[in-house]
Amino acid sequence: MSMQRFGELLDALSFQPARNEKLRLIVEYLRATPDPDRGYAIAALTGGLHLPNAKPGALRALGAAQADEILFGLSYDYVGDLAETLALIWRAGPSEETEVPALADVVTALETASAKEVPALLAGWLDRLDATGRWALLKLVTGALRVGVSARLAKTALAQFGEVEPDAIEELWHGRAPPYTDVFLWLTKRADRPHALNLAFRPFMLAHALDEAEIALLPAADFRAEWKWDGIRVQLVADGDQRRIYSRGGEEIGKAFPDILDAMNFAAVLDGELLVAELGTSDPVEVASFNKLQQRLNRKTVTPRMLEEFPAHVRLYDLLDEQGEDLRAFPFDQRRQRLEAWLRAHPHPRFDLSPLIPFETWGELAELRAKARSEAIEGLMLKRGDSLYMTGRVKGPWFKWKRDPLTIDAVVMYAQRGHGKRSSFYSDYTFGCWRDDGQGGQELVPVGQAYFGFTDAELKQLDKWVRDHTRSRFGPVREVEIGLVVEVAFDSVQRSARHKSGVALRFPRISRLRWDKPAAEADRLETLVGMMAEG
Amino acid sequence: MSPHLPQTWLKLTQAGLYCEPGGFHIDPMKPVASAVITHGHADHARAGHGATLSTPETAAIMALRYGKDHAARIETAPYRQRTKIGDVAVTLLPAGHILGSAQVVMEYGGVRAIVSGDFKRRRDPTCAPFEPMACDLFITEATFGLPVFRHPSDTHEIGRLLASMALTPERAHLVGVYPLGKCQRVLCLLREAGYEKPVYLHGALQALTDLYQSLGVAVGPTASIGDLPKDALKGVLVLCPPSAIADRWSRRLPDPVTAVASGWMQVRARARQQGAELPLTISDHADWDELLQTIEDVQAPEIWVTHGREDGLVYALAQRGHKARALSLLGREDEDVA
Repeated sequence: MSMQRFGELLDALSFQPARNEKLRLIVEYLRATPDPDRGYAIAALTGGLHLPNAKPGALRALGAAQADEILFGLSYDYVGDLAETLALIWRAGPSEETEVPALADVVTALETASAKEVPALLAGWLDRLDATGRWALLKLVTGALRVGVSARLAKTALAQFGEVEPDAIEELWHGRAPPYTDVFLWLTKRADRPHALNLAFRPFMLAHALDEAEIALLPAADFRAEWKWDGIRVQLVADGDQRRIYSRGGEEIGKAFPDILDAMNFAAVLDGELLVAELGTSDPVEVASFNKLQQRLNRKTVTPRMLEEFPAHVRLYDLLDEQGEDLRAFPFDQRRQRLEAWLRAHPHPRFDLSPLIPFETWGELAELRAKARSEAIEGLMLKRGDSLYMTGRVKGPWFKWKRDPLTIDAVVMYAQRGHGKRSSFYSDYTFGCWRDDGQGGQELVPVGQAYFGFTDAELKQLDKWVRDHTRSRFGPVREVEIGLVVEVAFDSVQRSARHKSGVALRFPRISRLRWDKPAAEADRLETLVGMMAEG
Repeated sequence: MSPHLPQTWLKLTQAGLYCEPGGFHIDPMKPVASAVITHGHADHARAGHGATLSTPETAAIMALRYGKDHAARIETAPYRQRTKIGDVAVTLLPAGHILGSAQVVMEYGGVRAIVSGDFKRRRDPTCAPFEPMACDLFITEATFGLPVFRHPSDTHEIGRLLASMALTPERAHLVGVYPLGKCQRVLCLLREAGYEKPVYLHGALQALTDLYQSLGVAVGPTASIGDLPKDALKGVLVLCPPSAIADRWSRRLPDPVTAVASGWMQVRARARQQGAELPLTISDHADWDELLQTIEDVQAPEIWVTHGREDGLVYALAQRGHKARALSLLGREDEDVA
């Protein structure tokens, strides 16, 4: 009886102008109809059915087989609706013995049928239905029910049926497929509320390093620019009580950030930069040094004091999923609009937007980039406005344009053996800068450590030099003579209480060996301090 | 050419179909000297003719509607009785449309032509069933002359009304019905279905219903809403003219379910136009199958199709090898009366 029941529902709805009466009709139908039929009925009412091979063309073909073309045409002109015309003109009626198909059988058969098979399937069912049932069946095929029920109204009826708030349905609806068995289990109080979205990690979209020689070839108008914030890239996934923070590699790091987890009261997936906020700043939050963020990383437990001193914050780049609606196939500009709207609807002091930087020419942007010296900024991100959110490092849509590194000339002080294939090489170097020793002389103070930036040939030379100029050994570490100057490149200098020098370099690497330079001419610590970002 | 071919003596005039050798019109739209009237619906029966011939029931309906002196001379003939008008023998045959409705059989010079008037083939407890008669020319209506029109059984439709009443006992049910014919047929069908309570009638339906009763059609107890409070009207059944559904009059009913009983209710757009929440397809006209069946029954070599969807019927008859053509009669308002 069920295709017939569905037809009667549509029939009654199509003649019922009053919203409350429509709701009552749908709720009654949901009460009286078992799974999975009622789920498919809701799918039909909310536009959630996808019957790729059931096309209105099939109706015309059936009409032609059923009635003379001219009579069919005259009838269609009069009735004004193809599905209704065919339903009325169909000659065979239901006979006593034949069984009326279930709505679920109809839908599942149409979902998998090829375009060739559809007309015969329809004809078989049409023979077993009355005019109302035929009309409903054909309406399913044409897709537009036109019974005056919006998707919202159907969901409201579903909410009434399950005695929950309509928003509770809306929140978990996207991405859910008919016949919504899990939703009905929940609404009939036989199971917990299902999750709106997949809680799994979605691989990040990554950027290629910009080859500055190529920038002129890129149309500036196609790109959006934002700062590359110096924190750790995270993905926030939340749905109700289920909340996860994923790192770049897809590891869950939520345990270390209960303050962020607490704030994730939404059903969405966000891409952003995890930062520590400078105490007492808000709107906009000032980003504290990477060092402070490091205090919060890799912690099994977090003390209340840490939470207080190093409050975590997420600066949002992207919205990948909203309430189960996967947005990754939308272009960046649309996702950005959705992100902005989403944040307006879900404001929270722990979250803010990574702002877009307005620019017209690459020159203008290059100037902004050169001027930016905030510790929190690693450089620029360039994203094509039409870029979809793709997995991995795809060349073309996204570029990172890091700030030019800072450099100093420093003196190698200690060397340590490397790991793996470098275990026989002294490949890890501690270097220092000069400062006054307080007694009228000069001393070297270590400012950092670097273990890459040189070629294999250079490594061999360095290793030999270390072995030839060792002053003393401490386990794997050798103290070397003062004599070798290296140019060290790094992204920024930060104040650091943990280091004897009072500074820490971010991302240091050896950019050149200065065999030529006397150690006495290496840079002084004051030079480094001067490179520290203002504020 | 034989002088007695029907097209030589049956003609279209401004007033409608005219039988020349009899000097009379059939269902003329304007006052004429002499008229044969098929049935009492206003688009067929008009006042002001010199003389009229109809069944006694049709004459009674016209007298009620237009007064006893609606024509200078009023003649009646029971079904199957031959009456000579001019050179033409006229016989009225049951058409099954409403009480008193008739086909007009005209015999002249050995040729028999029949005007169907409005007709149906289904059983109707308020009137005599259609009687097919073989003829040389059949002039048929075509109100539902398209293959999309296949009416369900009236008992099925009345069942839907009673089911809806059982489902929403706190609401009144208001059924829009044409005052002449449909109203009384629905009353009789309700009684046949076992509904015994009084049915409330809008004032515009009362007089014709009383007339039916006096002509021997038992419709069961009826009542007027009068000044009954809303509470007393919960669960009742009220009949009214379709135009009263949207009228202020209907406000006195407690949240009524609005139904409309008409052959047009089969087409959704038409049902919605009428504001029907519960459209009941109860027709007093032949549906597609009945039209075709009737053509077969009367075996006429020539068919003229008058008002309705004549294109479809003429085309289908030609496909079946009949000689058929459309007659355009002005002024038929069949759509309200179906």
